[in-house]
Amino acid sequence: MTPRTDSAPSLSSTTPALSAADAPRGELLQSVVDVARAIFGAEASSVFLLDEEADELVFQAVSGQGEEFLVGRRFPAGRGIAGWVATSGEPMVVDDLSADPSFDRSLAESTAYVPNALMAAPLISDARILGVLEVLDPSPQARSGVRELDLLAMFARQAAAALRVITPERVREAEHGDVFGGGGLGGARREDALKLLGSLERLLRGAG
Amino acid sequence: MTTTDSGRTRTGPGGTRTGPGGTRTGPGQGLTWSLRGRGPQDVPVLADAGPPLGRPAGPATGRGVRVCVVDSGVERDHPLVGPLAGSWVVVKDGESGEITVEPTTTGDTCGHGTACAGIVRRTAPDCEIHSVRVLGERFSGTGDVLMAGLRWAVEQGFDVVNLSLSTTRTRFAQELHSLADSAYFARTVIVASAHNTPVESFPWRFASVISVGSHQEDDPELHLYNPDPPVEFFGPGQNVTVPWLGGRTIRTTGNSFATPYVAGLCARVLSAHPRMTAFQLKNALYLSAANVRHAPRPSTAAGDTRDDSEN
Repeated sequence: MTPRTDSAPSLSSTTPALSAADAPRGELLQSVVDVARAIFGAEASSVFLLDEEADELVFQAVSGQGEEFLVGRRFPAGRGIAGWVATSGEPMVVDDLSADPSFDRSLAESTAYVPNALMAAPLISDARILGVLEVLDPSPQARSGVRELDLLAMFARQAAAALRVITPERVREAEHGDVFGGGGLGGARREDALKLLGSLERLLRGAG
Repeated sequence: MTTTDSGRTRTGPGGTRTGPGGTRTGPGQGLTWSLRGRGPQDVPVLADAGPPLGRPAGPATGRGVRVCVVDSGVERDHPLVGPLAGSWVVVKDGESGEITVEPTTTGDTCGHGTACAGIVRRTAPDCEIHSVRVLGERFSGTGDVLMAGLRWAVEQGFDVVNLSLSTTRTRFAQELHSLADSAYFARTVIVASAHNTPVESFPWRFASVISVGSHQEDDPELHLYNPDPPVEFFGPGQNVTVPWLGGRTIRTTGNSFATPYVAGLCARVLSAHPRMTAFQLKNALYLSAANVRHAPRPSTAAGDTRDDSEN
């Protein structure tokens, strides 16, 4: 049997509140997911950014299902379809997922929503994978074809380029595995914060 | 290198590097710079002619052929994949950077490798399938893990390696190129996916691998030759039903899924013609491609040897 059950998301460690400087970035990412959702007539769309240090993908923006509570949630970067996209750098389209109860438990648990179809493309800037753009339940006419895969990949590339332009320093941080400074915690303080989150997570798991 | 457990008789570079008296013929191990002091009778080759028009014969089911899927792992006991002959994982130590290949029971981390193995299985039902997981572990997106997994697969002497992955990192290009060439000469056929987006990535760009992209036809048994490479063949990769996690199936799209179809075809051809080389195999795929028409042999004028009716 597969390790799917191991791939449940780590309990959400919410990102610190966005600072004023993050506002344009937040706006851009929200626009990316809103437009992606509109292009494909989808139920939902999300952007995950890769936290290389923690080896996790983090919901950064959500349009549609889960919009209110998903941002900031994390799950292991090597798991599931988003994980495959993040590590392989390739886009992917899958359909008929709801026939599979074991499908991406991490996503299902964190969103309380299991899509029937899913498209995902990497956010690549300057040969670095920054994250993944996902589209959930695109309209039946807009799914599963090679052309749609091309379109999503092109749109994701544009989004990654925009992300790089608008926040070059953030992208550089991503290249050094430190995307999620968020509130600006540096070095030791950040490590302390991560440890704290880890302890909290263990505690909550134990309690659950 | 000789591998006999697959039923195929293989003689790799190690088998051809010495002369009759055991004298090395070149300065480097295994290199043959020219044929000195030996004649044709000293280098006999027993060949398989290959199937007529490149198509594997009906009974060719992949039996005796060892296929290795280098991907995200393969789910154990999936009904559409069946038993695996071996399951391995490439692990990188975060501190020392050391990369090792270890046996594993962890199956598949995302479904992609299971999908590829399932396509190989349905194309060549009796082949032996091995899995090397290069995704899903920490640091697995760094390129060197993929490199190590592919190198390991080549060193094991698998007959066919399915690689529905590539790397855009140019620092691996030279090493991958050398590895692809070594595999080619050792008769390990690497069947590699072209990237799904128009970017440079490796190793599918190299002539020593069989590179595959997706066509948009519905025929699940159609492959085409690309007259305008670098990607050389197209296989069914749109809306393909594939095995996925939990013993189920999904539909998916991409070059990733066209590639194992071609890998499966290679396994079928090799099971019926075990002595075929990588270039013969490529020729069989070329001859059997649906878009390659066999032109009538031109009437040759006396003395005119420019007969280009290779197809």
